[in-house]
Amino acid sequence: MLLTSHYNYWVVIALMMIGLYMVIAQGNLVKKIIGLNIFQTSVFIFYISVGKVDGGHAPILTEGESLYSNPLPHVLILTAIVVGIATTALALALTIRIKRAYGSIEERDIQAAEELQERASSQMYARTPARKEQ
Amino acid sequence: MELLLDIALLALLLVTAISIAWIKDLFAAAMLAGIYGLLSAGFFMTMGAVDVAFTEAAVGAGISPLLILLTLALCGRYQRPDRNRARLATALVITVGALLISATTDMPFFGDANAPAHVHVAPHYIHQSMSEIGIPNIVTSVLASYRGFDTFGEVVVIFTAGLGVLSLLMETSAQPGRAIVHTQVEQQSRDIVLRVVAKVLIAPIMLYALYVQFHGEYGPGGGFQAGVIFAVGFILYSMVFGLDAARRVASHGLVQVLSATGVLIFGCTGLLSFASGKNFLDYSALAGNSVTGQHIGIIVIELGVGITVASVMIMIAYLFTGQLRNREAELATDRHQEIPAGAPARSTSTMHSLEQGAG
Repeated sequence: MLLTSHYNYWVVIALMMIGLYMVIAQGNLVKKIIGLNIFQTSVFIFYISVGKVDGGHAPILTEGESLYSNPLPHVLILTAIVVGIATTALALALTIRIKRAYGSIEERDIQAAEELQERASSQMYARTPARKEQ
Repeated sequence: MELLLDIALLALLLVTAISIAWIKDLFAAAMLAGIYGLLSAGFFMTMGAVDVAFTEAAVGAGISPLLILLTLALCGRYQRPDRNRARLATALVITVGALLISATTDMPFFGDANAPAHVHVAPHYIHQSMSEIGIPNIVTSVLASYRGFDTFGEVVVIFTAGLGVLSLLMETSAQPGRAIVHTQVEQQSRDIVLRVVAKVLIAPIMLYALYVQFHGEYGPGGGFQAGVIFAVGFILYSMVFGLDAARRVASHGLVQVLSATGVLIFGCTGLLSFASGKNFLDYSALAGNSVTGQHIGIIVIELGVGITVASVMIMIAYLFTGQLRNREAELATDRHQEIPAGAPARSTSTMHSLEQGAG
């Protein structure tokens, strides 16, 4: 009984954890964004599962029906999906700019490039004592 | 039957998610992300969330994989195997997952009509919305009227995200000296089947979007759904017939103006009810009869939402495609310098540039 009554929640948690794993462990930025999307969709599935009522109809009022699914989660998720794609587009646009600035979208390369730049600038700093005093 | 469908769809979603995490080819991951979107749309349908299923089908299976593909065309197709934090991540994920699963034992049973989520405001929406708002689709009543302020905020967020993409990707779209090269780059798809099918399909998609927009009070639909469906039709056109052809229909400037217009329509409706002494976005101020006022208000703000969503999505697609075209142009210039005359015409399909991006 517990299996069918909590199955949805467990799948949601599994999906959420797959998304979280991708965000942490994958070095590629596009893959991280796809992982974030999986995470996000798991939350959508959770809300819609919570809004489900056994035997309830789609929340559009019809004659002779009294049992409907909860319309509130539907509203929240409907808008969240469109907001989600707009923010995903923003993340992908940032990725394109990172690719152009660093020549790579692998996290390791970006960090290496950053360190190289930092070391180069600190060496410049050390070589010019006049600057140091400023 | 419904339970079986629910179990099967969720199992498929799980398998798809695992294979997305596993696969190293990002092109395949983008395709799987499209399947993931379609499956979750199917799941929302079985849950009776028809409006949500609509949106997810257009966004998750349409726009989202497309944007990922365009990004891959610019950033490269293959991911480097990098497992330095895999062990740490696995440990963390298992711990958090176990904690969350132990927390679900307190959750109400799935589908329980007496769960706390169903006893607070939902009964009011279900029983009173017909007499207060007078339209059958409860989701539209809540979205546009009861929670209109919330929806306004979300439309502003979408507009702001569109502005963000614009500021990130705009500057190179207008570089001088590139225009000459553009004429050499073949933009249209040469596949005759694709062109004929697209030409036949685009009109029904647009018409359907308008139907979804204006029928949203009586059936599933509304501004958000109509906006994304309209944008999908438009993006399809720009993919098959080239960016220039799409820009002749709706120029970049027009799309930018429209994306702001939608937000303004929404905001001005609120100000109008403000001006007549009612609360912000209280539509009963718009007409003598409260229910008629609600009708007018909902139609107007849904139109504003539809305009903003559609034009922001089209604008984002324009900017991404523009970036891709700049890259093509750069590559074409390089090649032009290498081979002075008689350079063969290059195919510019996304697949082709994906392979180049991988190199």
